[in-house]
Amino acid sequence: MSRLSINGMKKGKTSNNLFSGGPQKLSGQKAAGGGLRSYNFTFGAVLTVIMLGLIVLGFFWVPYDTEAMQGSVKLNAPSLAHIFGTDQFGRDVFSRVLSGAGSTLVIAGGTILIGGGIGILTGAVTGYFGGWLDEGLMRINDVLAAFPSVLLALVIISIWGSGKYKVMLALGIAFIPSFARIVRGEFMRCREEDYVTSARLIGVSTPRILFVHILPNILPALLSSLTIGFNNAVIQEAGMSYLGIGVQPPDASLGRMLSESQTYLASGPWCAVFPGLFLVLLILGVGMLGEGILDRFGGGR
Amino acid sequence: MPEKVLELKGVNAYYKEGKQKKQVLEDVSFTLYEGEITGLVGASGSGKSTLCKCVLGLLKEYDGEIIHYTKSPQMIFQDPFRSLNPKKSIGWILEEPLKVQGGCTKEQRREKAEEMLKRVHLPVELYGRYPRELSGGQRQRVSIALALITGTKFILADEPLSALDVTVQAQIIALLKELQESEKICYLFVSHDLDVVSMLCSRVLFLKDRKVKEYADL
Repeated sequence: MSRLSINGMKKGKTSNNLFSGGPQKLSGQKAAGGGLRSYNFTFGAVLTVIMLGLIVLGFFWVPYDTEAMQGSVKLNAPSLAHIFGTDQFGRDVFSRVLSGAGSTLVIAGGTILIGGGIGILTGAVTGYFGGWLDEGLMRINDVLAAFPSVLLALVIISIWGSGKYKVMLALGIAFIPSFARIVRGEFMRCREEDYVTSARLIGVSTPRILFVHILPNILPALLSSLTIGFNNAVIQEAGMSYLGIGVQPPDASLGRMLSESQTYLASGPWCAVFPGLFLVLLILGVGMLGEGILDRFGGGR
Repeated sequence: MPEKVLELKGVNAYYKEGKQKKQVLEDVSFTLYEGEITGLVGASGSGKSTLCKCVLGLLKEYDGEIIHYTKSPQMIFQDPFRSLNPKKSIGWILEEPLKVQGGCTKEQRREKAEEMLKRVHLPVELYGRYPRELSGGQRQRVSIALALITGTKFILADEPLSALDVTVQAQIIALLKELQESEKICYLFVSHDLDVVSMLCSRVLFLKDRKVKEYADL
């Protein structure tokens, strides 16, 4: 009986220590699901670095000219000379995959820059201030969000015409609402925090409160949504190029390569498999990295 | 006669509920003097939080007069786990008011922040640490240091002890007392704990049903 009560007291003491000291709490959390979580982050990071490394390499060096056609090597299977094989015009698939992925990266990056930049600004202002400003801007946001992003991009492209930078702009505008909504929610949550009240009492200016005090606290959620946005942009760009409204020939693009190679699926499957695989691995890597960032630094989950 | 720090004259405060205004404070008047600790007690819903917001300038929907005779009022919060920015180091947090005020070099800021850490009996080594690495009592001391470094003479303490255990509570009470005497700080001390109020405060302000029911020396 007495032993039981001593045990009880000991337990009480331990939990009390946990409450007053941060580090113990943190290590406890980590231990709970550490294995799978760090696996996500590490694998995602490694895969992303490899894929981005290949793409960056493609900007400076490709084994063959991406547009050079060679009649003698049409639809050749992968070999030492052409590791991903050649397409129906005898162009090197590996070179075209690297260069196509380059266009994809530029478009997805630009999309994130435009959509994320404007989205973060809108979300921060509406979330922090609330009131009529929030109402007004978020209704415009709702109107934008009501259109499927591809449809919105199509409308914009039909007005301005197609091309790499126009696709980027169109997708960027289409991506604003989703970022604005996420950032708005986070800022709404944070504006009620005591440390924000404290900053206001000290006399910190509003822009500084928004971007120096609050922004670092929402970074894990933001980074994770940026990676999801990046993946969506990659898929949308590939989809639009597949439909012929994205990157225009003779520039290479993963989506266009998939579209062009479907006729030769039986005689030269490598023309479709490698661009597809590249796309899948890029998205998988960035997606897992995003998950990993949220798990590792999110804290709240 | 000690100098006035804060004066409220006939303050009525309101909250908007749809199109209607709901009155939450009615004709509140009192004066606080330097070096004085005044307890603010009252049941939940009596208007304590609203009064605090009005005093700090966070609520603008009031009429009557609130006059501050010193620099901007500061606040010590109830929950020490939420009152410090989790992504910033203790040094950064303490230097922020100096950055806002301007006129200090980087070295001077660091020097002042370290001096302030010593002032609240914390080791200087905490300068580079993050709030998550500190205990509740240590964080509450950092909050007090943050209020002091602004140079204010008025601190509103919103149940600063309720999240702490008894021994740490006693240490924080001792620190508040010490600063009251040495720096002539005036506190408005919000609490539910009448024992603490009777121990710490020289006056008590008792709110009931939106009005000041009692304002008396202890």
